[in-house]
Amino acid sequence: MINDSSIILFFLSLLCAPILLSVINRTKAIFAGRTGQPILQVYFDLIKLMRKGTVYSQTTTWIFRIAPLISLAGVMTTLLLIPWGKIPAPFTFTGDFILVFYLLGIGRFFTVIAALDTGSSFEGMGASREVLFSAFTEPILFATLITLVRLTDEASLTNLFHGITPFLWTTSGAALILVAVIIFVILLTENSRIPVDDPNTHLELTMIHEVMVLDYSGPDFAFILYGASLKLWLFSALLAGIIVPIHTDNVLVDGSIFLLCMLAIAVAVGVVESLMARLRLVLVPRMLVGAGAIAAVCIYLTLK
Amino acid sequence: MIDLIFVLLILTGFVFLGSGRLQFSIRTLAVQGILLGLIPLWGSWEGLWVRMLSITTLSLLIKGFVLPYYLTRAMHKSKVMHEDHPFVGFTTSMVVGIVCLGVSFWLASRLPTLGGTQPQMAVAVSFFNVFVGLFVIMSRRKALTQVLGYLLLENGAYIFGVAFAIEVPLLVELGVLLDVFVAVFVMGIVIFHISKSFDHIDTDQLSSLVG
Amino acid sequence: MLANDFTIPLLLLIPLISGVLALMIRADIPRRILLLSAASIHFLLTLTSHNAPPAFGGWVVVDALGCIFLLISSTLFLVACIFGIGYLAREKKDEQRVHVDFESNSLFENGPESLLTGCLLFFLTAMTLVCVSNHLGMIWVAIEATTLATAPLIYFHRHRKSLEATWKYLLICSIGIALALFGNFLLTVSTTTVHNQELPLLLDQLIKSAPFFQPMWLKAAFIFLLVGYGTKMGLAPLHTWLPDAHSEAPSFVSALLSGALLNCAFLGILRAQQILIAAGLADFGRELLIGFGLLSMGLAATFILKQMDFKRMLAYSSVEHMGILALGVGLGGSAVFGSLFHAVNHSFAKGMLFMAAGNILTVMHSKSTIKIRGLLHIMPVTSVLWLAGFFAITGSPPFGSFLSEFTILKAALEQGHIIIAIFYALVLSVIFIVMAMIVLRMSFGLPRNTDPIDVHESWSMIAPPLFLGLVTLMLGVYMPPILERLLHEAALQLGGTL
Repeated sequence: MINDSSIILFFLSLLCAPILLSVINRTKAIFAGRTGQPILQVYFDLIKLMRKGTVYSQTTTWIFRIAPLISLAGVMTTLLLIPWGKIPAPFTFTGDFILVFYLLGIGRFFTVIAALDTGSSFEGMGASREVLFSAFTEPILFATLITLVRLTDEASLTNLFHGITPFLWTTSGAALILVAVIIFVILLTENSRIPVDDPNTHLELTMIHEVMVLDYSGPDFAFILYGASLKLWLFSALLAGIIVPIHTDNVLVDGSIFLLCMLAIAVAVGVVESLMARLRLVLVPRMLVGAGAIAAVCIYLTLK
Repeated sequence: MIDLIFVLLILTGFVFLGSGRLQFSIRTLAVQGILLGLIPLWGSWEGLWVRMLSITTLSLLIKGFVLPYYLTRAMHKSKVMHEDHPFVGFTTSMVVGIVCLGVSFWLASRLPTLGGTQPQMAVAVSFFNVFVGLFVIMSRRKALTQVLGYLLLENGAYIFGVAFAIEVPLLVELGVLLDVFVAVFVMGIVIFHISKSFDHIDTDQLSSLVG
Repeated sequence: MLANDFTIPLLLLIPLISGVLALMIRADIPRRILLLSAASIHFLLTLTSHNAPPAFGGWVVVDALGCIFLLISSTLFLVACIFGIGYLAREKKDEQRVHVDFESNSLFENGPESLLTGCLLFFLTAMTLVCVSNHLGMIWVAIEATTLATAPLIYFHRHRKSLEATWKYLLICSIGIALALFGNFLLTVSTTTVHNQELPLLLDQLIKSAPFFQPMWLKAAFIFLLVGYGTKMGLAPLHTWLPDAHSEAPSFVSALLSGALLNCAFLGILRAQQILIAAGLADFGRELLIGFGLLSMGLAATFILKQMDFKRMLAYSSVEHMGILALGVGLGGSAVFGSLFHAVNHSFAKGMLFMAAGNILTVMHSKSTIKIRGLLHIMPVTSVLWLAGFFAITGSPPFGSFLSEFTILKAALEQGHIIIAIFYALVLSVIFIVMAMIVLRMSFGLPRNTDPIDVHESWSMIAPPLFLGLVTLMLGVYMPPILERLLHEAALQLGGTL
């Protein structure tokens, strides 16, 4: 099902996505007592990178060159399927959330093999860690979505979010809170935030995501950076859709509530990043299995 | 609202399975005790306000404050803060916990619900705590963790009793609370003796009596 | 002195108050006199207690089943106390506070004797409470109280091994008790189908309304009660605390643990079985009891094969006999009578054996089954008692246990459980052979040069086990009609027939 009026919102989300990163950085700066980067810093970074030239290693092949394009294309396509809170997404059909995650999966796949393509064991290490953590997060994410599907009896994201009403919150509030917590944890994991990965670190043994994209430069790196911000927008939109129970039919009101929620989530991520330290690498699987346990609890709750 | 408390009880059970830090586990146990103390507020206690109030207060006090305080003291005396190498690793323990949760829900569905005001999740949560308690006792090395597992087991039984607002006379309920108190007290003394005599509380090494 | 309104309260209060007093008395002699007198009065009261009027609002009664176990416990307690006082007097006589642990050559102390005496009396109170209680919740409290009261008793000789034994005992038995508590709660829920409210857990009321209970909940309750109390009773596979605890405790304490405490835990299971029978679910309970009984017997036979420590051997024998008790009740019919009769025989014979073992340990300073030889030359009277006890416990005529074990075997064959009967006979034979090897090797032959010869055995070492042995012998030849009537009444309560 195609909703024409939502195409505008699609372009708006493409435009606004990097602001989330800036909000996170600004929150961390405030906690640290600094003034921090300007709000539009990410845009400046992207423009700067686009104007630079690219350097390719001699050991890489065409895979290395197309990987950033494919992952960016994947994430941009998923945004066509993600609703703005209660406003329908441009494309809606049954099971669209499965397509979302598989598009992300394609992007991840190409990033990983591009990292292996460089021939450096350093990137290979990052690639193996990335794949390990995604092996944990994908089933948990699907379990969460199954819970939501069972709770609302709807199978597409737009209708799913429509089904999250205050009534649902009062009857299944426990399950919804747990689902929100799990998605927040997965947001932190997939977007390489503390406590899973430190986006600012440049220490060899502690990087996960940064390691894979170490060799990119110029426009390629701009695509990677932009794709990361879109991914953050994606997961935040998922979380916002679950948290917000209010549904007015006014596009402006719904839209602004959604934006406020996204900003709140970004601030929350910033707060978590400021308050927690990075987990030891061996503890990350334990945390993820803990999230999996919570997901199992949610499923059992909906099964009864 | 009471469903939220049951979910929190399940989550505290998982925390037990996944954590190796003893102080944290003791605090989790205290949280469980406080939650248990709050459950009676949802039962149907027509005309038995005094009894409900006394049970609530006593449970809150003993399970939420006295026992954790005593266990923390025992922990400091025996100088053991971590459970480092349990027989079953922490991640695996959590996966086992997920399986136990499934089994508990299945068992709870097999027992027909009897009419009345009892919450439906209470049976599953109590079974889950019993299984997790038994698993913690079997899979951990340190004597103190085994005592914590035993308390988890008792909590499981207690959840069931309290959630069903069982008309067991006050005497036996007091007996239950007293028993937990005294049992842990005695176990604490033994742990102290063990740590003095063996220089550790690693029960895996208490294996001179075999066969 | 016939049973009157004060019998049961006195039965409970006398040991309780004596225990409190014993904790406070400093001097040894008055405390021992207190222990002895409390035990004697308790014993005399028990003799008259059958069909005593209920007390405490119907919460305590003495029915036939409780009366049997009460008699066993009280008699054994009195005899063990006499033995124990002599034992303690001998320990104190050397005027040394520090003793040498024979096996590890390390030094250890004994705990305070006041604590021992006090806990012994509390133990007696708790056991009495289990036997007379009509309320299932109170049975539970009492069994938990026995666990807590006996832990210091096991730790009387304060060395590492007894500490380890005490820890295992406390932990595993507490787990069992917690599971039994859960079973009690499940039972209460199963009663809510009657009048839509929960019944108080008074046994007679439960038996009356049992046919209306929710069967699934009742079955679940029975499983938890069986596993929980079975842990305390020593049924496999939860028996792992038993060999340690019973071998590390002082011998007269081991006699009490094996002879009285295990029976009281069995009583808890029997009360649950009574409810199941009244509800028409008797077969469910019987199958479980047979299963656990056979498992206990099998495991005991396996583990007894390589025993180097004769007190552990006796402990495994206790596991086996608890299995026989469970098997008997599980088979039903005339086996129930056999099982209850066997409880009496086993308690007395095991008490006798443990006391004899205590004597051997005191003189020989070793628990090894290999190193000890020629006991007949070293301590003739104890050695005869040791041999006689061996015959008694393994079911040889003319001792009483032959009759009880044979009754169970006959019932198994009558009911057509051929395989069970074969397994039963096989296990009994294996244990007979193994124990024969150990006991005969210890008794006969020539002692080593370093062993004392013709040790003086005081009357407190001899008289108690001798008395128990004579009782077991008499029971094999002549059954007092009172006892027979009592056993039949109790068997009927458990669905047994003549």
